[in-house]
Amino acid sequence: MLKPMSVRILYFAALADRLGVRSEHVELPPGIVSVDGLRTHLAARGGVWADLGTFPKLRAAVNQRMAGGDAPIQAGDEVAFFPPVTGG
Amino acid sequence: MYLSVQREDFDVGAELARLRESSAGATTAGGAEAGAIACFVGLVRADNLGEEVRALTLEHYPGMTERALAETIEQAQQRFPLIAVRVIHRYGRLNLGEQIVFVGVSAHHRQAAFSACEFIMDDLKTRAPFWKKEETTRGERWVEARDSDTAARARWEA
Repeated sequence: MLKPMSVRILYFAALADRLGVRSEHVELPPGIVSVDGLRTHLAARGGVWADLGTFPKLRAAVNQRMAGGDAPIQAGDEVAFFPPVTGG
Repeated sequence: MYLSVQREDFDVGAELARLRESSAGATTAGGAEAGAIACFVGLVRADNLGEEVRALTLEHYPGMTERALAETIEQAQQRFPLIAVRVIHRYGRLNLGEQIVFVGVSAHHRQAAFSACEFIMDDLKTRAPFWKKEETTRGERWVEARDSDTAARARWEA
């Protein structure tokens, strides 16, 4: 039997303000294997979380590297969601 | 290469002196000595999209920020024959006119030095995980990414 997969998730800037959460540990059910899969899973919490699914130009990073929606995620990964960056 | 993500302000004169010191006796991969130093300093602007800005707060992603900036510097070193590179980027609350970012490079000739500064800025603006929140006369707002920044980065691939 597959064990639940634990990942750490970070949210930044306007997205973090919207969700009211900056970081969390989440136990994922089997079958969530990509950034997009995780995003859909979290958006399904409903309420403000639905905005995670529709947030414009949302970016993601896996283990502190920019990652596309199809990037794989594994147990122990640090996944971050954030708006396009505006430094400099 | 020197890289710092910090809350504290920096002294441009001291940074240029350090750049010159670290360039003394060093050469490019091709053996050329330093003949040029160029730098860029980014400041908090008073206006953005027609609204008066009083201050801004820079949020960042600790860890990833340093990694992304190091990758930007590595790319610059691959593209241009550089001798020394220093990049400092601040975070936290910054008032009008305060310094945000310092990019300094040394090279054999000015062309590589100017170009590398520009490349490093264009690359970090689209890659380094920083986000600006402005305090304007009408309240706080998150700065939105500009297409012109994406275009500025894209032209290096043309």
